[in-house]
Amino acid sequence: MPEQRTAEERTDPVEELGTFLRRSREQIAQRWADAALFRTVFTVSRDEAVEAGRAVVEALAAVAAAGRLEDAEADGFAVVREQLARTAHSRARTGATLAQISAEMDALRPPVNDLLLDELSEAPAQHLRECTTALTVLMGTLRLVMMETAMSAGQELINRQRLELLEIATPVIKLWEGIVAVPLIGTLDSARSQVVMETLLDAVVEQHARIAILDITGVPTVDSLVAQHLMKTVAAARLMGAECIVSGIRPAIAQTIVHLGIDLSSVLTRASLADALAYALQQQGAHIVPAPAGEPE
Amino acid sequence: MTGPAAFPHEGHVPVLRLGEVLLVTLQGDLYDSTAERLRQDIGQTVSDSAVEVSGVVIDLSGVEVVDSFMGRVLSDVAAMTRLLAAQTVVAGMRPAVAITLVELGLTLPGLRTALTTEDALRLLGAEVSVPSRDGRPRGERP
Amino acid sequence: MTHSTGDVSACLPIHSDLDLVRVRQHVRQMTARLGFGLVEQTKLVTAASELARNALVHGGGGQMECTAVTSGGVRGLRLVFSDQGPGIVDLDQAMSDGYTSGEGLGMGLGGARRLVHDFSVDTRRGSGTTVTVTSWISRPPGPREAP
Repeated sequence: MPEQRTAEERTDPVEELGTFLRRSREQIAQRWADAALFRTVFTVSRDEAVEAGRAVVEALAAVAAAGRLEDAEADGFAVVREQLARTAHSRARTGATLAQISAEMDALRPPVNDLLLDELSEAPAQHLRECTTALTVLMGTLRLVMMETAMSAGQELINRQRLELLEIATPVIKLWEGIVAVPLIGTLDSARSQVVMETLLDAVVEQHARIAILDITGVPTVDSLVAQHLMKTVAAARLMGAECIVSGIRPAIAQTIVHLGIDLSSVLTRASLADALAYALQQQGAHIVPAPAGEPE
Repeated sequence: MTGPAAFPHEGHVPVLRLGEVLLVTLQGDLYDSTAERLRQDIGQTVSDSAVEVSGVVIDLSGVEVVDSFMGRVLSDVAAMTRLLAAQTVVAGMRPAVAITLVELGLTLPGLRTALTTEDALRLLGAEVSVPSRDGRPRGERP
Repeated sequence: MTHSTGDVSACLPIHSDLDLVRVRQHVRQMTARLGFGLVEQTKLVTAASELARNALVHGGGGQMECTAVTSGGVRGLRLVFSDQGPGIVDLDQAMSDGYTSGEGLGMGLGGARRLVHDFSVDTRRGSGTTVTVTSWISRPPGPREAP
């Protein structure tokens, strides 16, 4: 490296990158606004895209100034994380895959690189190389942050949907005065069994139901854990003063239950929901009788 | 430990008499000693009464926690009253309490239960209304 | 990895009947404040009641430490019960259902274990017993359960 260069002319490459980014933020933001990542998110106003780009460049400048090029947790990123999450989220919503978003992130680097090369055209090759390397590292970290936010946004969505599904999948139906039923459809796991139990018992209180029917016609398999949950639900209902009937145990499931050696003898069972309802009505003192002949059906 | 509702009862839980039925309403958080004394009080009342007692209703709708100690008191009361030819019905247990008791392993098989105090009284009333002129123990199931 | 959030922690003595009530009320308030669902609240309060009574009856009294913790973004409550009693001679036996060395239905330790997510016992003959339990918020409270 030429010794005659003075310190203030050629400083540390990372620091120099920070200064460059801050100085060129307007130009970079303008170029980014035309890049796919920003263009497809901010479809209505180009000014907004420029604004967003400016915020990201400033964040990068701050990270470079702090010398934390490889640190995804750097303070500078915290400022733009929300911005990035919004961008990633809206790209994902329009059907872009993570690979696509990643490619679009890559496309942000060349324009900055070009500007950097123009700016440093006079600089020695060694310094130039160091500066472009620093830029590559910084953009790599930005991409990491972006991917991270995109994925955590996805995870949040999945978690929320899982919870919503649990609620939706557990409807309580009032069949008659004092009789409620929960028809279960789909696989029962431990978490869902818990929700079913709580929902059913809450309904018993709210509807003042002396009889609760758990219909498992739509449940494909019953393992010992699920059977245990069913028994717990029945036992808890009894403690509250209600009777819980399990209906719709298909022959295949009955076989599995026997095979697993599960003792369901403490549980009142009926073959179908209709049988369970007939039993429940009878318990309530109501009887179903066929209409006399001649009367309209 | 702020509102009056959160304050525990110390000492005495009143045992009300409604005809042939004793009504005990538990509220809030009970001291072990209070529960212990309740067990004795009910036993005394059932055995001493000049008029025969056919049933005991314990209203748990105001109780947020039943642990194994309280569970034992309930079982004991039921066993004791059964010896004296009376029935114990636990009424109004909350869902969270019921789930917890089951998870704890206490299904209290000897206890009769009802959704509300009214249901419990009806349950006992229906059973004691069976004529017992022949001197059979009351409260026997048909 | 479990982090103590540190800001909410308390130590309650267990020396009398009244202390059992205080332990239950404190755990109820903490679980409600942390956003536990009603059933999870009740389970942890009941477990605390069992363990506090164990410390009182078998350990000759002791204390409960109550700390809010987080792990992997999930919040929870950790309770540590300790006494300086004689210790548990046969832990396996003490953990089995139906075993009791005093009053109760013999559901103390084994029952409490089923009511919490994490459970550990450290006991040494002659130098007391420490039981540590933790429960985590498994799902946001439903509208009915909001405090």
